[in-house]
Amino acid sequence: METLEPLLAEHGFFRGLSPEAIRLFTGCAANVRIEAGEYLFREGADADRFYAIRHGQVALEVYVPGRGAVTIQTVGPGEVLGWSWLFPPYRWHFDARVTEATRALSFDAVCIRQKCETDHSLGYELMKRLARVFTERLEAARLQILDVYGRAG
Amino acid sequence: MAAPAELIRPAGDPRIPRPFRVVGVRRETRDTRTLEAVTADGHPMPFAPGQFAMLYAFGVGEIPISISGDPADPSVLTHTVRAVGAVSGALCRLRRGDVFWARGPYGSSWPLDEAAGRDVVVVAGGIGLAPLRPLVLALLAGRERYARAWLLYGARTPEELLYRRELERWRARLDLAVEVTVDTAGTGWRGSVGVVTTLIPRAEFDPDRTAAFVVGPEVMMRFTVAALRKRGVPTDRIFLSLERNMHCGVGLCGRCQAGPVFVCRDGPVFPYAAVERIFAVREI
Repeated sequence: METLEPLLAEHGFFRGLSPEAIRLFTGCAANVRIEAGEYLFREGADADRFYAIRHGQVALEVYVPGRGAVTIQTVGPGEVLGWSWLFPPYRWHFDARVTEATRALSFDAVCIRQKCETDHSLGYELMKRLARVFTERLEAARLQILDVYGRAG
Repeated sequence: MAAPAELIRPAGDPRIPRPFRVVGVRRETRDTRTLEAVTADGHPMPFAPGQFAMLYAFGVGEIPISISGDPADPSVLTHTVRAVGAVSGALCRLRRGDVFWARGPYGSSWPLDEAAGRDVVVVAGGIGLAPLRPLVLALLAGRERYARAWLLYGARTPEELLYRRELERWRARLDLAVEVTVDTAGTGWRGSVGVVTTLIPRAEFDPDRTAAFVVGPEVMMRFTVAALRKRGVPTDRIFLSLERNMHCGVGLCGRCQAGPVFVCRDGPVFPYAAVERIFAVREI
């Protein structure tokens, strides 16, 4: 039977993890394909999964009355999507709409949290990697606020 | 700074402007126009990618604007101008048949020879694509000289992207990877959303054998350089085009002087390693 371990091991987010850690995370993973126009999740819904994008593109959107859906960020291959699954009340804060047919590894949040509670080394490694994603996204969001294209250089 | 052999110097007295007649005006965005003009005195203005000209709107004033045309066709002088002041506003209001005055070309050029045999990463922010357009055209004209080629372009919104049709043509090519991102967009936009720096980790290039060319507002260039350095691109192979307080265009007035460097005369194209110190000076 084919296993997802090679797919995890080659994904940018998991690259460099020990084979044992890859095996543990694979136990919570499923390989999914989502067509363009479908939603991975909707604002307010249960955040019971997170995704490692392999191919395609997903747009994070927020609905603004009077303007409709506004895309605030896109996530592509090698990146991960979703962290609302980490903290109570485990609800998504945005909509995630697939803009290009996407293949992703989908992780069961409860399964991952349980494994991290059981194995703190595993949990620490995951948190370090997620913290890096958080800081990169925070920096990118700050630059978006800064309006860096506002004046010619 | 580019090798002298790559530079083109103005014919005759470099301080004397010459008339050019507008033969085409293209609306790029709400406040940006691309002017195409031909010489009115029989002498076109050959240029190297990255050089600029001083454009004079009659009775209003003169400003430096990068040349954004095809270096292989000097018969047409092309400038993309954003209306941000009196002179640029007057230039943007020109119509077909109108005349403006220009002197140049001035300054250093993009050192494309440095990129021969390497991966090429072009990063543009906002109107910064205009000075890079001649570079992209030259790169595509001699495509076999380079390894992988990426154009990473960021703008505020889809409506503020320059050269939309040309971007689509470039994107359709198999030998140039084009990634476009905007700060915010509605559901009709199918490209990326996020600042241009987020495209750098996604682009496939070998940092050890990459030459990068960057233009945009200085804050955008600063963070772009940081992202390129994080990928491992050496600072002497990251090239920028600066535009600081240029006035005379020929290194006489000193308005654009930063330490030993006159941006108009020694630049506007510099390797980042040569101007890293200037980037850290906040008062200029």
